[in-house]
Amino acid sequence: MIPGSKETVAPAGAGRADTPAFVLRPGSSADGSPAGDQLEISMGPQHPSTHGVFRMDVLLEGERVVRLKPVFGYLHRNHEKIAETASYLAAMPYTDRLDYFCSLTNNWAYALAVEKLAGLEVPLRAEFIRIITAELTRLQNHLCLAGFLLQDMGASGTPLMYAFREREKILDLFESLTGARMMCNYMRFGGCRCDLPAGWLEQAKTLVDNFPRFLDEFEALLNENEILMSRTQGVGVLSPQLAVNAGITGPMLRASGVNYDLRKVDRYGIYDRFTFRIPLGAHGDVYDRYLVRVLEMRESIKILQQALRELPPGPIVDPKAKLRGFRPKAGEAYGRIEGPKGELGFYLISDGSPNPYRYRVRPPSLVNLTVLEDLCLGQHVADVVIILGSVDIVLGEVDR
Amino acid sequence: MFGEGILKGMAETARNFVGSYTSEERLVTVPYPEKRLPQHEAARNFPFLVYDGEDWQKGLRCVACQICEKECPPKCIYIVKDVTRKPDHIGKLQFQPKVFDIDTSVCMSCQICVEVCPFDAIKMDVEYELSTADRFGKLLLDKRDLAKPNEYYWKIHPTEAAEVDSRLGADRVKAEAKAKAAAVPKANPAPLPQK
Repeated sequence: MIPGSKETVAPAGAGRADTPAFVLRPGSSADGSPAGDQLEISMGPQHPSTHGVFRMDVLLEGERVVRLKPVFGYLHRNHEKIAETASYLAAMPYTDRLDYFCSLTNNWAYALAVEKLAGLEVPLRAEFIRIITAELTRLQNHLCLAGFLLQDMGASGTPLMYAFREREKILDLFESLTGARMMCNYMRFGGCRCDLPAGWLEQAKTLVDNFPRFLDEFEALLNENEILMSRTQGVGVLSPQLAVNAGITGPMLRASGVNYDLRKVDRYGIYDRFTFRIPLGAHGDVYDRYLVRVLEMRESIKILQQALRELPPGPIVDPKAKLRGFRPKAGEAYGRIEGPKGELGFYLISDGSPNPYRYRVRPPSLVNLTVLEDLCLGQHVADVVIILGSVDIVLGEVDR
Repeated sequence: MFGEGILKGMAETARNFVGSYTSEERLVTVPYPEKRLPQHEAARNFPFLVYDGEDWQKGLRCVACQICEKECPPKCIYIVKDVTRKPDHIGKLQFQPKVFDIDTSVCMSCQICVEVCPFDAIKMDVEYELSTADRFGKLLLDKRDLAKPNEYYWKIHPTEAAEVDSRLGADRVKAEAKAKAAAVPKANPAPLPQK
């Protein structure tokens, strides 16, 4: 504010970071400041339902949302800068921690980008293992989402714990294969780090064969529940035009009816060998986003059954790939996969040195968050929590 | 009927609740710490240094090549090379580390140090009950804390340890065969030329 200028003083509380938790003041709403019975709430970074350290400045008129501003950056960890100063291999464990639920798909997207950059080929067995681990990751991510969404709605823990009971079995598989439950660090440039241990294949087959029965129980628990239906149907409707214009990808896009799945469009890896369908939603509301994910779990089971049956023997990694002293030629590459949350892309520019010149992550959660205000306008404040839950964000990815 | 969905859900919950008393697959929790689940063989937590034999200083496999220090993503390893050398498992003189520190408050257990080590000297431990009240000192492990015997490595990762030992054994056999082949001509040296 410059002394002597004609500009008016903006009322304290109109979207500044040092405001108290809520502000109630009279005034016209022409300049955006709260009017008569408007309430500005900061659903702050410490909140049980914001899926991480995420803040929303919500302007409410009664119970209805008039304006919503998402504020993030609380989990920014300089991932891109670290990857630009460390070597290509050293950036791999950091990619685990982007979308920390889905570390194996993050690893695959990064490995894909580097393989495009360096011209490495992946042997067939490694491609199969990559698909198996990616679909297991998709299963456990959608389980997390279903559980957390129901938790946000107030079903205090029961669907969450049932989902996590199955997720534990998948994490057991990850631990026996990669050594860690969540931070797997398993993909390498040109293949995978190590081969399947003895007995892993049988354990995976048992899990995949028992999963549809669990999904039947889970859907019986939830799908026709009147509370769930009345709270989620018609809430947070995303039109397909807005979804495409805003660059939304993943189950959120497909729930609005747009048939776009990178596994069918790009056919990266060897996805074109497997038959699976793409579930599409009709309304684009929260219920559709939840149901699309449950149906995607069933399609993932189909892919897993086929892949586990047809897994060929062979090498695990491209013999041309070097672990140390890896210097791809100068150039650029963009590698993208259909992650469980959307299109996860890595853009790499190499100048011939051991570390990337530019390393950029396209985070699906961040891009999907940009329409949060449009989804929440006119809804109740209680629905804001549910809509945010259905977007399926992970702050590790949003903030990097 | 309105409410039918909720009743169906409650039947599921009841089935799980009653089932947790009757079937094992529905009772999934383990009363830690009275009962601990066994760990997978591939599990990893923080690294440790392997030594062969009884003397941890003489048998330490690490030759202070510093490759793990260079490749470590968060740079949690600190090595100072010693000037004196010591023989390794095949008798060749190798360097050794004077200082080998790992800061476990920085280490992210990514296992890259294990992958790049050419001497099978650093491996992943599985110890996870590591809570300490000392925030900085106890989390910085030095060479003595990190050195653990090969028998311990066999206990926690039997398949890997068997593979490593067979490879090191093969090296030893090859080295002995080479030494024997080189020793034979020396038994009958050629006569010196007469002046």
